Amino acid sequence: MWKFIVRRILITIPQIILLSVLLFLLAQAMPGDALSGLVDPNVSLEQKNALREKLGLNAPWYEKYGEWASGLVQGDLGQSFRFKMPVSDLIEQRMINTFWLSLATLIITYIIAIPLGILSGRYNDTILDSSITGYTYIGFATPLFIFGLVMLWVFGYQLQWFPTSGSVTPGLEPGSFEYVLSKAQHLLLPAISMALIQTVSTVQYLRSEIVDTKQREFIITARAKGASESRVYNKHILRNSLLPIAAFFGYEITFLIGGTVFVEMIFGFPGMGQLFIESILLRDYSVVNAVVLIFGIAAILGALLSDIILSLVDPRIRIK
Amino acid sequence: MRNKLLEINNLKTSFRIGDNYYAAVDDVSLTVNNNEILGIVGESGSGKSALAFSIMGLHTRAKIEGNIFYKGQDIANISPAKLNKLRGDDLAMIFQDPLTALNPLMRIGDQIAETLILHKPEMSQKQRKERVLELIDLVRIPRPEHVYEQFPHELSGGMRQRVVIAIAIANRPDLLIADEPTTALDVTIQAQILDLIRELKNDLDSGVILITHDLGVVAEMADRVAVMYAGQIVEIAEVHTLFENPLHPYTKSLLNSVPTEGQEKLHVIQGVVPSLQKLPRKGCRFAARIPWVDASAHEEYPELHEVEPGHFVRCTCYSHFYFPDESKEAYAHGNS
Repeated sequence: MWKFIVRRILITIPQIILLSVLLFLLAQAMPGDALSGLVDPNVSLEQKNALREKLGLNAPWYEKYGEWASGLVQGDLGQSFRFKMPVSDLIEQRMINTFWLSLATLIITYIIAIPLGILSGRYNDTILDSSITGYTYIGFATPLFIFGLVMLWVFGYQLQWFPTSGSVTPGLEPGSFEYVLSKAQHLLLPAISMALIQTVSTVQYLRSEIVDTKQREFIITARAKGASESRVYNKHILRNSLLPIAAFFGYEITFLIGGTVFVEMIFGFPGMGQLFIESILLRDYSVVNAVVLIFGIAAILGALLSDIILSLVDPRIRIK
Repeated sequence: MRNKLLEINNLKTSFRIGDNYYAAVDDVSLTVNNNEILGIVGESGSGKSALAFSIMGLHTRAKIEGNIFYKGQDIANISPAKLNKLRGDDLAMIFQDPLTALNPLMRIGDQIAETLILHKPEMSQKQRKERVLELIDLVRIPRPEHVYEQFPHELSGGMRQRVVIAIAIANRPDLLIADEPTTALDVTIQAQILDLIRELKNDLDSGVILITHDLGVVAEMADRVAVMYAGQIVEIAEVHTLFENPLHPYTKSLLNSVPTEGQEKLHVIQGVVPSLQKLPRKGCRFAARIPWVDASAHEEYPELHEVEPGHFVRCTCYSHFYFPDESKEAYAHGNS
């Protein structure tokens, strides 16, 4: 099994390298470079060209890639044009914010998905099941950016239960209890909004797994052993149905990335998603690059996580 | 000494298709004694498995009418809790397909131990493990200690079927239902599994219902045989009687379809078993497949007739039945 996991981890290395090469080539294709628009318009073209030569901007792409990549490895993501600061410093705080937002969303997603999926699957084709599947259809059909706005309007502005923007109330001492509480409060509404939409695919998935597993023959074997219905569900159906859900976990991260982009914009939450959109609008390419790279790596690691979880819980995949 | 273990009276098991119920098992009555193997034969779709599942109470969405007395207790109409006390303990079942009958995520040892946990909670963990290893050994799986820790996918089909048998016999059942236990296995393994079942019957003094479509298996194993067609028993008799003096047209046709030495052409029964919805509920159900026999030979509501002690045949058409000539058969086939 360890062999499998090590091999699986090794595969991610070329994946990440390929991702960075593609990303770099795309960035190269974007118009302009570090000098255009940044230097005095009175500087002559010759001087600019000399400067380009000196800075290595005329070097072939693979040389430039090598330089960029070696910077990356050392944690140097370049400079932001807009904020005039290293991209890594800019991203750090936002990454932490997005991490907590994603974690809260994931937890709420599963808190909703598991009971609903189990109820819907166990009592399939009843009114209870129909109303749960009804919710999932609505969830599938509702765009997150509309739903987020409605949630913000209802719970943020009308009921005023939650703050409407930011990630923390200004002026609080970092590390104090009020500070943590305020962070959690700012996190909750975007996380709930995202989870309510995101959870529907997991509910559906779990439901269909349970309905499927219920008809498998080993369930009949379990009943023939004299196991009670609740034992049949807890011991046999649930474990077999939760397995693909556990494996799905890593891919949830990929969906989260898409979700945070919308939700952070709507809720004015200073995270990676918001930074991504802002940087695109400001043509802050080094930041866009860094954010896309981090999103890409997160997706690759999510898939890795899925495979590792599956290899741990499913004996059929344990390769010796 | 033979005691009546199971007595089924007028059992009718119906499934809902659309708005109507259709009986897959219709008016079946039979008895099983201990230390006896009752063979049940019939084509696919004749209701053999539906009957077995009815006895075990394993149908989740079927309507069951009639009575199933196990040692005098009507198990067709008891609470799930009481039924669960019997299932896996007194009543046990061996399933058709060993490849799907085991939980893919549970170790073999745990799957066998589960029946013991359910019915012998007083056993200590150590005793239980010993018993499981003993059972694995009993069904002749080599290296019990090793197999105990394995998962189903690591075993071959024959080995998995032995595990299924080990689960079934874990609590020394009085009634064992084997639903085509060898259909999914190759011939050499088949003989070993059948030997195993027969040995267990002798050792535990149990009654066995052996469901199969293999007449060879029945001839070798069973004490009595019930022939099922379209949800009904059409003939029931001691095994020797049935093979020497088959009466019902269906039984005769089945026996005629078995290849014998020197035979050039196999007999083929015309048509197929009608589907549940298309099954005629009136008249002889086999009539459509023997169209050359005169309609007046059949009863309007065919019943089982006792033609000699312990030998029952359904419908009067048996006394008028004959096999057509090859040429006539072609003609009849063209007409039907």
